[in-house]
Amino acid sequence: MSTLHTVNKSSFTHSTLKSCISVCANNDGILLLEDGVFSALQSAPDAEALITLNEKGVVIYASQDDIKARGLEHKIASHIQLTNYEGFVSLTLYHKCIQSWY
Amino acid sequence: MIFSINVQSPPYSTQASYTAYRFCKAVLAQGHQVHRIFFYQDGIYCATRLAAPPQDELNLYDKWQNLAKENEIELVVCIAAALRRGILNLEESIRYQKDAHNLAEGFTLGGLGQLIEAAVNSDRMVTFGN
Repeated sequence: MSTLHTVNKSSFTHSTLKSCISVCANNDGILLLEDGVFSALQSAPDAEALITLNEKGVVIYASQDDIKARGLEHKIASHIQLTNYEGFVSLTLYHKCIQSWY
Repeated sequence: MIFSINVQSPPYSTQASYTAYRFCKAVLAQGHQVHRIFFYQDGIYCATRLAAPPQDELNLYDKWQNLAKENEIELVVCIAAALRRGILNLEESIRYQKDAHNLAEGFTLGGLGQLIEAAVNSDRMVTFGN
């Protein structure tokens, strides 16, 4: 039974994503929302940890609208999958539990 | 699929209540059902009927009410969170001898039991934190 983790805080200002990463299992997914999309930057504090998780099979998603609203389109790490609200709903159906980190 | 939503963010200061609203719209657009939206902690500020945002700005208060009306969704506000923050319905304004009440139409005051009931009777419960 896999879990979708949503994170809406930036790893530049909060340790929310770090807490999420520490409990994330191999088949889980992480969705970065709102200021959480700052964590999708190549230069973000937890960027390396996200790459390591991704190599273990955890897909990292980020909200396309929130990235655009913050002008970050060209600075996002290459493994990050962009998604919209339709995709968000599909992710909550694919994963049985949704754990929100805020 | 049946969804329930837990909103813990106020309409301003953070984005999460708007994210919750857009998520609900996407859920309904895909043909799923939203059983209940539970407003908890600072999320209860979404339920005031006295807010008057500028006309050229997003009016999230109206949006929640219209969403509920059009799709017959229950909007439940945590009573303990609401009383602390000054959101009262008529009954509570009489009980606490206040001179006004401000719970918007379409919202009802309820308890955490309704959050638990929503989690039990829905396929998915999604929380939008402050």
